[in-house]
Amino acid sequence: MTTTTEAPGAELGKARLRKEDARLITGQTNWTDNIKLPGMLHMAFLRSPFAHARITRVDVSGALSQPGVIAAFSGADFAGEQGSLPCAWPVTADIVIPAHPPMAVDEVRYVGEAIAVVVARDRYAAADALASIDVDYEPLPPVLDIRTALDDGAPKVHEAGNKSYEWVFASGDVDAAFRDAPVVVERTYRQQRLIPCAMEPRAVVAQWLDDQVTLWSATQIPHVLRFALSAFFGIPEQNVRVVAPDVGGGFGSKLQVTAEEVLAVLVGRRVGKAVKWTESRSEGNMTVHHGRDQWQRIRIAADRDGRIRGLDVDLLADMGAYLMLVTPGVPLLGAFMFPAIYKMDAYSFKCTGIFTTKMPTDAYRGAGRPEATFAIERIMDELAAEIGIEPLELRERNWIKHEEFPFTTIAGLTYDSGNYEAATAMAKELFDYDGLRREQQERNDRGDPVRLGIGISTFTEMCGLAPSRVLGSLSYGAGGWESASIRMLPTGKVEVVTGSSAHGQGHETAWSQIVADQLGVPFEDIRVLHGDTLVSPRGMDTYGSRSLAVGGLALVGACDKVVAKAKVIAAAMLEASPDDLEFSAGRFSVRGDPEASKTIQEVALATFAAHALPEGVEPSLDSDATYDPDNFSFPHGTHLCATEVDTETGFVKIRSYVAVDDVGVVVNPMIVEGQVHGGIAQGIAQALYEEGVYDDDGNLLTTTLADYLVPSAADLPSYVTGRNETQASNRLGVKGVGEAGTIASTPAVVNAIIDALRPLGVNDITMPCTPERVWRAVQSANGGAA
Amino acid sequence: MTHITVMVDGVNYADHVEPRLLLVHYLREVVGKTGTPIGCDTSNCGACIVLMDGVSVKSCSVLAVQADGSDITTIEGLADGELHPVQRAFHEEHALQCGYCTPGMIMAAADLLRDNPHPTDEEIREGLEGNLCRCTGYENIVRAVRRAAEAGVAP
Repeated sequence: MTTTTEAPGAELGKARLRKEDARLITGQTNWTDNIKLPGMLHMAFLRSPFAHARITRVDVSGALSQPGVIAAFSGADFAGEQGSLPCAWPVTADIVIPAHPPMAVDEVRYVGEAIAVVVARDRYAAADALASIDVDYEPLPPVLDIRTALDDGAPKVHEAGNKSYEWVFASGDVDAAFRDAPVVVERTYRQQRLIPCAMEPRAVVAQWLDDQVTLWSATQIPHVLRFALSAFFGIPEQNVRVVAPDVGGGFGSKLQVTAEEVLAVLVGRRVGKAVKWTESRSEGNMTVHHGRDQWQRIRIAADRDGRIRGLDVDLLADMGAYLMLVTPGVPLLGAFMFPAIYKMDAYSFKCTGIFTTKMPTDAYRGAGRPEATFAIERIMDELAAEIGIEPLELRERNWIKHEEFPFTTIAGLTYDSGNYEAATAMAKELFDYDGLRREQQERNDRGDPVRLGIGISTFTEMCGLAPSRVLGSLSYGAGGWESASIRMLPTGKVEVVTGSSAHGQGHETAWSQIVADQLGVPFEDIRVLHGDTLVSPRGMDTYGSRSLAVGGLALVGACDKVVAKAKVIAAAMLEASPDDLEFSAGRFSVRGDPEASKTIQEVALATFAAHALPEGVEPSLDSDATYDPDNFSFPHGTHLCATEVDTETGFVKIRSYVAVDDVGVVVNPMIVEGQVHGGIAQGIAQALYEEGVYDDDGNLLTTTLADYLVPSAADLPSYVTGRNETQASNRLGVKGVGEAGTIASTPAVVNAIIDALRPLGVNDITMPCTPERVWRAVQSANGGAA
Repeated sequence: MTHITVMVDGVNYADHVEPRLLLVHYLREVVGKTGTPIGCDTSNCGACIVLMDGVSVKSCSVLAVQADGSDITTIEGLADGELHPVQRAFHEEHALQCGYCTPGMIMAAADLLRDNPHPTDEEIREGLEGNLCRCTGYENIVRAVRRAAEAGVAP
């Protein structure tokens, strides 16, 4: 790699304890639901009990006579102003984007869709009054299975039909690659529907003062939300302030412009009071966008020795009832990742986006990339079994060698850095790969009913969303830059304003570390401000593992400008030429005369006084910078999982889990390790526990955390983590880490289960691999003779 | 409306409440103890755990009227001048990210260590089974509880 990175400073790489923690461990937090404003009213939503129905009458008058009720509205009451919730990613020219009113007017298309809203003095009164609203429905047939939704005569979700779009990509001669290929393996994998379940339920507060509105929301995207409220709902942008206070997790689920946010603004304006809404968990499971939900048909062609010739992927992706902010684009984020770390001659991809009468899908941790990684890593194991070679050996024969970087993949991405050999070697050692393989053989030989399986995931991902020009070429509706500002205060302290919007990632700590190194000021002297468009007017917010790889580089750019301005003033103070000054560890000194120096704090005070600034120099060191990356970043790693699978009960126990990740240069290893842990847990959850289930009428059965199994500490293993480092080609050398664990771990776990059961004839189990499903797979493979 | 008197974090409160009012809503909206959050409506997540007469309860599953005459400790009252050992251990072991589950997790861990001052990792995991965290994968939570145990939590 030919990358230049900053000289390591004192802070980079240090496991600083988090600045955020003090308030979070003592309950001094500012969740949106904590907010109380004078005269504030509470909203409750009446939601559709039908998956699909025509609304013939909504009568809210009964609610109005209930105690404490101030107002009640149906969708028709806002027909003139509620517009349509935006989709920012029209992936093809002929994509069908149906109108999506925040409150349904004529027709409902999923259980939980809002129909009416009650505004009352308190949340109990608002909820009580919902029962007094009359709605007449004419039920329509639900559409629940994307595999049959495009059949002739299938009921229609929308007048225009059930197909939203078809997106294709091809590179190389796929027909040639498959023609006469000695080995072709084809599989169909199910990516079940997932419900994100951030621990903080959504909450919004809207307050109008004169013609200005402030919206507090448990959102990942205050800046995008401000833009959307203005661009799509007609509120002049200069009159909109959006605040994301403390936000309790997101995982993509709070990367959305929601019906409830828009309606809080519109209802607040109508009633002339501050209004608040906080969802219950069961309401949220129905109406926070869901994730995944794809059928993946994947074919791989290879030579007898395992060399991959080509890959062909055909996806059906469940959009749900409407296209929300980035719904149609999520599968495309996976489109480029199916070839993963492997070299091949040809690749083709097709995705069909299909409407159903379910909650819309959208970004959920990894967004497209976990799906792709699962399919390729699963079929690599199947190919290895077909050819009869060790699955790790098959991967090694095909992966990009470390000396081949930068490498342009068959999907057209240029991977700047990586070392798959090194990460894998470290993982094998931490895992005792060879020892476990021996134990597996011994147990198989003696017919142990508890089988040992070893699962491999040598994954990569594209993150750090994203170069604006690439987003433009993919028809995305915005850029992918990030913004930062540095304010040098007169006393030498520093305020850092970031356009990233943290909700658990620890930006207040990590950003302080970066700026401390860049400016040579103490970590403790820095305060990081974010999540309020009044304080931080420009930003693209936090998702897609972009905060450090994009926002962190914006910080560096802003620091550069501060130093450049300060250098001119320091030179004047030292009666030297700026060209003769060097800046190191917070001090400007005259080259060759280290005694002649000024600290950046002294320069800040002199700038504030402004008594003796050079001619034409403005009395401010404050600086803004915006960074637009040249490329995505490509974290990678090798995750190894050992499972013990009880063939008599179907119970799967993860015995050990090793993750070696390469996320580039690490700012704070403690935070990075935490991100990896949490990511792995979410991926394991998909493999073993979680599934959003609709019944045959389109009712969501998994509305509570009793039905939707977010794992507890007792359900998850301890993780062993290791790190290999290749530097990304940006000035900090950083990649991203927010999604890596989730992308890697799902196939590692499922591969381990299949590896355990393959000698019994099992080669697939649909996720989540519950004891029942595992047991049934064993039974059917053995003809009932397990 | 029912009259109740409750001690919360060392302060006496007397209020008239609806009999159906949940303790967690009483704490958050009447008393103003917003440090205790709500994460679900089926008592699965444990975010709302407080100590009632020294024992952990999910305050979404207790009515305010049931707390009449009791002594409640919330996350806001756990530190006694300085951080409780469990609070300090959560900070030092990076056992929180977004922090939403943290109040309940800390209160549950404090109660766990009161019952079992020297738990094994497995006992920690089983003991915190009623608390869900979506960020940390629990690894550092287990480490934090272990650290607090080693530091010795005052009974």
